[in-house]
Amino acid sequence: MSAAGNEPALSWRPERFASRALRHPSFVAGMAVAAVVALMAALSLVWTPYDPTAIDIPGKLRPPSLEHWLGTDQYGRDTLSMIMRGAVTSIAVSFVAIGIGAGVGVPLGLLAAQQRGGGVDQAIMRVNDFIFAFPALLIAILLRELFGPGTLNAMIAIGVFNVPVFARVAYGAALPLWTRDFVMAARTSGKGPTLITVEHILPNLVGVLIVQATIQLSLGILAEAALSYIGLGVQPPNPSWGRMLNEAQTLMALAPRLALIPGFAIIATVLGLNLLGDGLRDLADPRLARER
Amino acid sequence: MLTRRTFVTGSVVVASTLSALPAWAAARKDVIVGVRLEPPHLDPTAGAAAAIGEIVYANVFEGLTRIDRNAGVKPALAEKWDISADGKTYVFTLRKGATFHDGAPFTAEAVKFSYDRARAADSVNPQKALFEPIESVDVVDANTVKVTLKRPTGLFLWNMGMPAAVILSPASAADAKTKPIGTGPFKFERWSKGTSLELTRNPNYWGPAIKLDKATFKVIGDSQASFAALMAGDVDAFPIYPAPEVLDQFRADPRFKVVVGNTEGKTIMAMNNGRKPFDDIRVRRAISMAVDRKAVIDGAMYGIAKPIGSHFAPQDPGYVDLTGKYPYDIAKAKALLKEAGVAEGTKMKLVLPPPEYARRSGEIIASQLKKVGIEAEIVPMEWAQWLSDVFKQKNYDLTIISHVEPLDLDIYARDDYYFDYKSQAYRALMAELSVTLDQAKRLELYGKAQTMLADDAVNVFLFLLPKSGVWNAKLKGLWENVPIPCNDLTEVAWED
Repeated sequence: MSAAGNEPALSWRPERFASRALRHPSFVAGMAVAAVVALMAALSLVWTPYDPTAIDIPGKLRPPSLEHWLGTDQYGRDTLSMIMRGAVTSIAVSFVAIGIGAGVGVPLGLLAAQQRGGGVDQAIMRVNDFIFAFPALLIAILLRELFGPGTLNAMIAIGVFNVPVFARVAYGAALPLWTRDFVMAARTSGKGPTLITVEHILPNLVGVLIVQATIQLSLGILAEAALSYIGLGVQPPNPSWGRMLNEAQTLMALAPRLALIPGFAIIATVLGLNLLGDGLRDLADPRLARER
Repeated sequence: MLTRRTFVTGSVVVASTLSALPAWAAARKDVIVGVRLEPPHLDPTAGAAAAIGEIVYANVFEGLTRIDRNAGVKPALAEKWDISADGKTYVFTLRKGATFHDGAPFTAEAVKFSYDRARAADSVNPQKALFEPIESVDVVDANTVKVTLKRPTGLFLWNMGMPAAVILSPASAADAKTKPIGTGPFKFERWSKGTSLELTRNPNYWGPAIKLDKATFKVIGDSQASFAALMAGDVDAFPIYPAPEVLDQFRADPRFKVVVGNTEGKTIMAMNNGRKPFDDIRVRRAISMAVDRKAVIDGAMYGIAKPIGSHFAPQDPGYVDLTGKYPYDIAKAKALLKEAGVAEGTKMKLVLPPPEYARRSGEIIASQLKKVGIEAEIVPMEWAQWLSDVFKQKNYDLTIISHVEPLDLDIYARDDYYFDYKSQAYRALMAELSVTLDQAKRLELYGKAQTMLADDAVNVFLFLLPKSGVWNAKLKGLWENVPIPCNDLTEVAWED
């Protein structure tokens, strides 16, 4: 508990945040990579050099050239187009998974914090621990047995994996807030616990949740690639970085670039988002530290 | 008296080299063979999966006759046979001294039991049609069996050499799925589910002594893993190697031998003829025209497969080249689809079983169908699920699969088969074929049947599955071609 208890914690102060952010190297680097990936994905929705699913057997395994900047794969598909469209897949799966994770996890965490110390708190958090013990991979295999492989199932599997993460973060950050003076004040003025949670607790969690979401975004992209790699995620012909890696395996000797390019895309994106998350956390940390 | 099958020259050379070497340089006595698919069980008389025959046929189980490496029929448990003039009675003289692995003697009773079991009403034999012509099986004496047919059946001796017609002992047949007990040169030792199966030498084998003491079949489903396993020497042979793209790498490596041979694997994209819109011949023809076979072969098989135009392997006698029947023509395909009322953007479910040839061809065909306005949704499926969903329940639109049984034109005449092809004309043709003994007439009927299947565009006939085998250069005696699904190890031996 720090001394600055009276001041209601605000999320960000835009002008100060921006100037500090621009001086933070990992934030800048992470933001740059994330922006490139996001732009590439956005662009691919309206334009790609070639149709990423168009198969052209006579033009297979072409090395990079002016026509095909990153060459073509074993079916003659344009690698650059596939990477671009693959970014959309990765981002979409990861975002939806975060939506599921945050949409279910945050309310659960808030509810547990609101009922702190009681049976509900215990029940929610222990079930959380239980789900946390299941890797996304197991959930994905389970879902596949039930519904068959597919993008939606990958989203759900990664989403379920995200739920306990968000629940814990929300719970952990909300708990100390309940002893703060501004919450006391709200109580004295007759507000019920649910209203306090919505009006006072949640707004103060936005910062920490955004940081967590950024980190989960990178984990989600990695998980999507892993699931698609083993055939549980995005199904052909929709491009996915993970599946590109899988298909390139046996061609490593023939055309190593087919594995290196999607591999690099995954590494760069995950690294970039992690840097971004780290930067955001550092930037948000001083405030959080003072609040405690 | 018919002659025993002859040894390939390779093994003869091996034998003479061996004798010249000191004892400590004795060749290895075991072999580890990689297989792509794990069999669901081990009873070839109770399951259609080719993976069963690939382990037990000729190794553990034998029939009265057997198919050899050149797709010829040779005597096996029957030493010789006499065929009556009307072609309806076969008297088999059985091999004396043959015993089952559990010690039970091989007798005429076992033959009667096996054949009666296969043709019984409640039989689960995957090739029940092969036994349909049998009128009765009679035990003449312990070493003689008389089989009476309802009508002359041209392929009877060949049929009785198929994996589905092997002889089981009455004492052990019930447990054959998990504990196969046959008369072959190898005994079943153990099955570690998901990993490997072991066979060991049967010291009491009636036939010529085999050179191996032990054979292990390793199940490696993943192409990359199979590549690594061969490179590392974890497996000695992959008789049906799943990834044609790396063959050049093996060719360049003196440790390996790469053999591209034929199979009887007629790879087709089956269409559910009983389901709309595939009940319309125009739709089936349009789809046949929309598939660019050459691109599929180049893309999925790296150009090593032969195209087919009907359900018949080019190396079999009676083959008619129908590959030009539906040349790749998008405009014509589109026009036909329009005429049949199939709207642009119609969705179809393309179910793909696990083998690489199916997954790869499927992806290419889906992109080709898109060009004629068909949205093929790819549904990858595990083997067991494919067998129950597609093969048994006919719950599919399109699927890609290789039919590895030889001369299996009759499957198109079966009731309730998964293509759901109901042509009476074709059934009449098959009925005529089954009673025709004259070879020239048979070949003519084969031709007619092939043409009819192509005319009706029952399925999209893609290519003959090549058998690209990769094995240790010092390993001799494996089959180059695969006329039936099997990995006959009886002549396999190590050099030096």
